[in-house]
This record gives sequence, C-alpha cells and structure tokens, in this order.
Amino acid sequence: MIREQAQEMSIRFDSYPENEQFARMTIMAFLVDLNPTVDELEDVKTAVSEAVTNAIIHGYEKEVGQVLLTCRKAGARVRITVTDHGKGIADIQKAREPFFTTRPDAERSGMGFAFMEAFMDEVHIESEQGQGTRIVMQKNLHLLQKV
Amino acid sequence: MEFQYEAGTGSLRIFTPREIDECAARALRAEADELIDSYQIRHLIFDFSNTEFMDSSGIGMLIGRSKKMGYTGGSIEVEHLSARVQKIFTLAGLPQLITVKGEF
Repeated sequence: MIREQAQEMSIRFDSYPENEQFARMTIMAFLVDLNPTVDELEDVKTAVSEAVTNAIIHGYEKEVGQVLLTCRKAGARVRITVTDHGKGIADIQKAREPFFTTRPDAERSGMGFAFMEAFMDEVHIESEQGQGTRIVMQKNLHLLQKV
Repeated sequence: MEFQYEAGTGSLRIFTPREIDECAARALRAEADELIDSYQIRHLIFDFSNTEFMDSSGIGMLIGRSKKMGYTGGSIEVEHLSARVQKIFTLAGLPQLITVKGEF
C-alpha cells in the first residue's frame, strides 16, 4: 500500500566495499512496496552504488570509517542521502565532470557523479575538506497502477 | 570471488558475475590480468550472459583491460549485454572503445 505520509529508514555501516551490496539491497527492499518499474528501481540502485562507492573509495580511501545511508519515501517521491566523514572533495565542480577522477590508480572511470545525475532527478553535493561529504539525491517514481 | 572462464589458443572468455560493483571489478581485474599474462592472450571476451547489474566500477575495469590488450596489439569484446548493462555502456561511451556483440 502506498502511504502518502513519509516513511524513513537509515543504516550506518563500515566502509568496506563488501557493504556496497548490502546498501543496494537495503534500498531495494525499502522501495519495493512503492511498486516502481524495474528501470526505476535499477536507476536508484545504480545511483546508490555510485554514492556509496565514492564514500568508501574516495572519502575514506585506506581508512575505515562509517557511511550513513538514509532513504525517505513520501508518495512517489524518494530522497536518499549518503554521508561520510572522510577527507571531503577538493573541487566539487571538477568531481562532477564525466571521466574526471582523482584515482586513476584504482581504475576509477570518473563516471560516478555522471551516473547519479543520469539516473536521479536531482543530485546535491555538500563537502568540506577534512570533514566529509554528503550526497542528497531525489527521484520521482512513476508509480504503476496496482491491479 | 571466482569466475568461470574458457581459455583457448590465445583467446580468453570470462563469464562476468551477476553484479559488477567495486568488489567484483577488483576481483575481475586481478583474475583477467593473471590469465592474460599466463596464457599470452591476444583476444579477450567478457561474456555478460549472467550479469544483471554494473556500476561505474565495471566501466573503469573494462577501460583498463581495453588499454592492457591495446598495448600488446590484442583485442577485446563484450557479449550478451542485458538492456540495463547496454544502457550503462552507452552512457559511458564504451561502445566506441570496445566491440559489443550478440545483444541480449
């Protein structure tokens, strides 16, 4: 049943790459009752994967810290935040450019933010060097009619 | 993480896992590079038949393997992309770099 009133969830996990899958699956499970299309669900899944990977690979790099993932659903509106307390982004504008990466050594493609922007309606980045990064993403789902 | 592969004379087919994220991309990179070097592979094929999900970590891994094959004059192709993975490929401009065969 789709509730108009907002519902929220949050999870906090250690910044191990193995936890990316956990983060994706948690979001999928939280959104599935909205009955989104397969494409919409995949869009959100990819965007979450990108944001969480950024927190782990770039935010914390070699140290282990905590990543906070929250999701709010209200009607067809979905809002996701991914927060880390890692090193922060030096140049946000540059980070948003497709194919720009600070980690060519790790074979990062530099497509993380481009994918978030392609798959979500809105992507906001708040970051302070030495303090961490917070990504806020929003998407309106086009709900299917339940038969 | 272990992957299925088939190695013939100079050619290698790696079957990619259900989901390619940072973890899987790292493991694929290590496995592919070891096999390419030990079997002197000239033609590398990633078979995506089992793959339903890929994020930008997979893009980085594929660009890296494409460069590696390019250094030695070898070739690389991908096969059996799902519609979703095809979308990711197109967004990243990967078809300009890597031959895509046999759509899903």
